[in-house]
Amino acid sequence: MITEIRYNRPMTVELSGLRKTFGAVTAVDGIDLRIGDGEFFSMLGPSGSGKTTVLRLIAGFELPTAGTVALDGRDVTRLAPFERDVNTVFQDYALFPHLSVQENVEYGLKVRKVAKRERRDRAREALAKVRLEGFGARKPSAMSGGQRQRVALARALVNRPKVLLLDEPLGALDRKLREQMQVELKAIQRDAGITFVFVTHDQDEALTMSDRVAVFDAGRIVQVGTPEAVYERPVSAFVAGFVGSSNVFTGETAKTLFKKTGTFSVRPEKIAFTDEAAAAPGTVAEVIYAGPVTRYVVDLDAGARVVVVEQNSRTPRALAGLRGQRVRLGWHEEHVIPLPSGKDSAHAS
Amino acid sequence: MTLSPAARWALRAAMALGLTFIYVPLLLVLVNSFNGDRTFAWPPHDLTTRWWAAAWASDGARQALLTSVQAALGATATALLLGTLVAFAVHRFAFFGRDTLSLLIVLPIALPGIVTGIALDSAWRSVMGELGIGKGLLSVVVGHATFCVVTVYNNVLARLRRTGTTLEEASADLGARPWQTFRYVTFPLIRSALLAGGLLAFALSFDEIIVTTFTAGPGLTTLPLWIFTNLFRPNQAPVVNVVAAVLIIASVIPVWVAQRLAFTPGSGPPR
Repeated sequence: MITEIRYNRPMTVELSGLRKTFGAVTAVDGIDLRIGDGEFFSMLGPSGSGKTTVLRLIAGFELPTAGTVALDGRDVTRLAPFERDVNTVFQDYALFPHLSVQENVEYGLKVRKVAKRERRDRAREALAKVRLEGFGARKPSAMSGGQRQRVALARALVNRPKVLLLDEPLGALDRKLREQMQVELKAIQRDAGITFVFVTHDQDEALTMSDRVAVFDAGRIVQVGTPEAVYERPVSAFVAGFVGSSNVFTGETAKTLFKKTGTFSVRPEKIAFTDEAAAAPGTVAEVIYAGPVTRYVVDLDAGARVVVVEQNSRTPRALAGLRGQRVRLGWHEEHVIPLPSGKDSAHAS
Repeated sequence: MTLSPAARWALRAAMALGLTFIYVPLLLVLVNSFNGDRTFAWPPHDLTTRWWAAAWASDGARQALLTSVQAALGATATALLLGTLVAFAVHRFAFFGRDTLSLLIVLPIALPGIVTGIALDSAWRSVMGELGIGKGLLSVVVGHATFCVVTVYNNVLARLRRTGTTLEEASADLGARPWQTFRYVTFPLIRSALLAGGLLAFALSFDEIIVTTFTAGPGLTTLPLWIFTNLFRPNQAPVVNVVAAVLIIASVIPVWVAQRLAFTPGSGPPR
């Protein structure tokens, strides 16, 4: 029955004309978005770009100033959080400190009057899924950050929601744990077949985990697409600069380098040192060794400062000697991304 | 900070002196309640529980104790209800005059009791008296509640500020209706704050005398009032000592418990 409905209506979350203002501040400025069933969807943007507010609007913690929120084809714009079939994993986890881990996970089932035995079994199952068997009797305060994170996940998943909202859930974890949780989250999402809406300001996280990414800026979505599309074909200098780093060329410099007017972007890893006579000459200003890669900052004679990233697959060049040396840089025509030269045609970042 | 040994010793001595001034007289009252000598000769020659028995047998003292307990319970109940409501209003909603309200709630604890007493006395006589409600237990409860509300208010507000609203959002997100959220999340989180505030309110009310003097009306005697009127009757002095000792104990216990509840790590959520 439920599968049938899902099959007929493949869009789980639909946002139309969504706006939210807090006093004079416009947090969300007209968002239209359709998120598919079972999709891992990331909302990526700098802090204050409105992505968390959109999440809170979907959860029902905020009421929109204008526009609608539909879940599974049903308009829920005016419904309270407890009337919506979504669950949230909060940034600070929001575990109930006075309840044990087991009671925390059971909570959603308890308030929905699920029988005691079933609720115990399902909570155990959920804890096993996040690899926390045997931790049920503990209080959240007696667990580490990574463990609390998994309890929060189990507490949400046990309710089998149609949509799981995650608000920067990995933000408080250290890097190693974060990378491990990224893999686990992705696996859990694929297993459970639940739609994940994932808010993050970390572009690596968004690119690694998502089916699609929406890039937010100033309350609007500036680009939606697969990680590859957003990275390889950014539609603006903002996207090019925020998703990955980029070298952006404008004005006279662009004309000299590309023989046409406009704004262009080339990713640092797409630029290579070369001996070709036609390549752009410049001087190495800085050499930054970063383990797997080395970053070179080069001042082009054409008037731009560019970053070049080179894999250290072989023994790296004699680094110190390179500073101040004359080099030539080359790139393939297809890696030059034309950008609209608007107000936000920013500098290289 | 490191202090020289001399400074350390000087500060220790000063503190010992200060604490001595506060607590030795209280200790004296406790010891004297067992002093066999009617004029409290010091040091006591023999110890007796005679005065305790006499105090227990004194109808006036027992009646006064009962009245005090009733007044304190009434004032505490009122403080719990109103203090919690105001704390929630101030924490959860932004409304016109919120800061003023907060000040008005806290102010009575700082106002001289004599001012509160006079004001309540005339207000009660001119308003409630007209309605045919004379002064009695009710007016004492109201009088005490004016300054008891703040203890509950402060405790609950501090707890609410510490816990924030995310936990309630999490509860609603998991499907709990508002009353379920209150029952399973909000109330358990503020419970110890309510207990701490309530105990402080009880202790404040139980030994209050100034406001009580103005609001009790004829015929109603609380324990502090009883002590005050019997203090200068020589043959009642030993019994007064016993009652004073009871008051000390009755005040210390709730304050001690309240402090443990308010400051024990783990009584609130870890943040």
